[in-house]
Amino acid sequence: MLNPAAAWRHFLSRSNDDRVKVFGIAILVALVSALLVSTTSVALKPLQEAHLAAERAARMARMLDTLPGMRAIMEEVGVDALETRLVDLETGTFATGTDPSEFDSQTAAADPEQSVAIPKDLDVARLGRRAKLAPVYLLEREGDLLLVVLPVSGAGYQSTLRAMLALNADLTTVAALTITEQGETPGLGARVETPEWQALWPGKEIADENGEIVISVVRGQASGPYEVDGISGATLTSNGVSNMLRYWLGDHGFGPFLERLRSEGL
Amino acid sequence: MTAKLTYLTAPLIDKNPITLQILGICSALAVTTSLATALVMSAALTSVLCLSSATISLIRNHIPSVIRLIVQIVIIASLVVVIDEILQAYAFGISRQLSVFVGLIVTNCLVMGRAEAFAMRNPVWPSVLDALGNGLGYSLILILVGTIREFFGTGAILGYTILVPRSEGGWFEPLGLMQLAPSAFFIIGALIWAIRTRWTSQVETPKLALLKAEAQR
Repeated sequence: MLNPAAAWRHFLSRSNDDRVKVFGIAILVALVSALLVSTTSVALKPLQEAHLAAERAARMARMLDTLPGMRAIMEEVGVDALETRLVDLETGTFATGTDPSEFDSQTAAADPEQSVAIPKDLDVARLGRRAKLAPVYLLEREGDLLLVVLPVSGAGYQSTLRAMLALNADLTTVAALTITEQGETPGLGARVETPEWQALWPGKEIADENGEIVISVVRGQASGPYEVDGISGATLTSNGVSNMLRYWLGDHGFGPFLERLRSEGL
Repeated sequence: MTAKLTYLTAPLIDKNPITLQILGICSALAVTTSLATALVMSAALTSVLCLSSATISLIRNHIPSVIRLIVQIVIIASLVVVIDEILQAYAFGISRQLSVFVGLIVTNCLVMGRAEAFAMRNPVWPSVLDALGNGLGYSLILILVGTIREFFGTGAILGYTILVPRSEGGWFEPLGLMQLAPSAFFIIGALIWAIRTRWTSQVETPKLALLKAEAQR
């Protein structure tokens, strides 16, 4: 009687209202579906991650291309990409023990072990939590820092904005700002992603003489080195960019790291 | 054979899922800002629809009716996840633009509708034809709307510039509205109007007609 083929036929011949068949079919369908989903997911994972890594690299390369003379300097130094280091945001020192290529700040920010809650009054970028570590990208020549690129993020009007902010060696002048991820209103807020708007950033200064972070995106026409033209019809997205920079350049973001670079170098 | 072919051809215009049955409108609004996204979304939905109809039709005699909706959703949802993973692996750029809308195929009334209304009661081959027909009918509208929106919104088709916009030195002023969701409503509305003017049998009789006395007043 333990013939599997016969048992299977016996199972199928049961009435569709039979409780055993209801459970049996439910379990079988769930099992087959789960197998299908997990197989494709595991099989395609390497391809997907390669795409993500390639996209990050491409955005970084595009940003470097917009910086005048940067490629020539890199050629002179003999590198074709920036060096990635992990920074402990609280102390501002480089973190050791974690491989930067395996670190993902979004995953880390969601993991209670690897992240901290941002105090309400400091959370101008409305992030909630941030990872304890953050990657920074550096270009140096014989121990002198030439360029530092900081990844920043914050809430926009209807999506999370992510960007790369490149600072010159003085750690005050903006070399470039590239929005890497946004889901704002097409035609309005989404214009933060256009090269025209991003071209307004180079040469702006993030802090005044006293080291106070003053950079902001203003309504209408900008005046002075601390202001950038806002996008008309997208005030909240423009504010989002301001707040994101205020947070990440401030004391709870990269502030201690930048402070340390200024006082003691790399 | 001709009877079977109507399963395939009927949903193209006569019983078009979008313009006649008004199903799957949400994704038709969201992913038609450019022709490329509309094409990929169409392909994704058509393949999910065909595969789910085939699977459900294959096991239809053994799906207990008390759990049939759950079984259908499990099958459809798994196929959607698989398609989404494949897009992320092989069409990364487009899958970024489609964002959540591939995942939302699960809740597309069109897929559930065909599973429940057709695949549950018909053999595999007609079910596949019916699914393919409905998928193509959906695709047809998406491609039309996507072409119109991309052309008038940016002056390009499939990313190739046809009319040079004013910002790049041409004379064409892109219609910003075309890149926003409401324009898809207007275009689909105009399509429905055009189709029902041509094929008057599609015009619905009002369910709650005025009484004679009131109509004459």
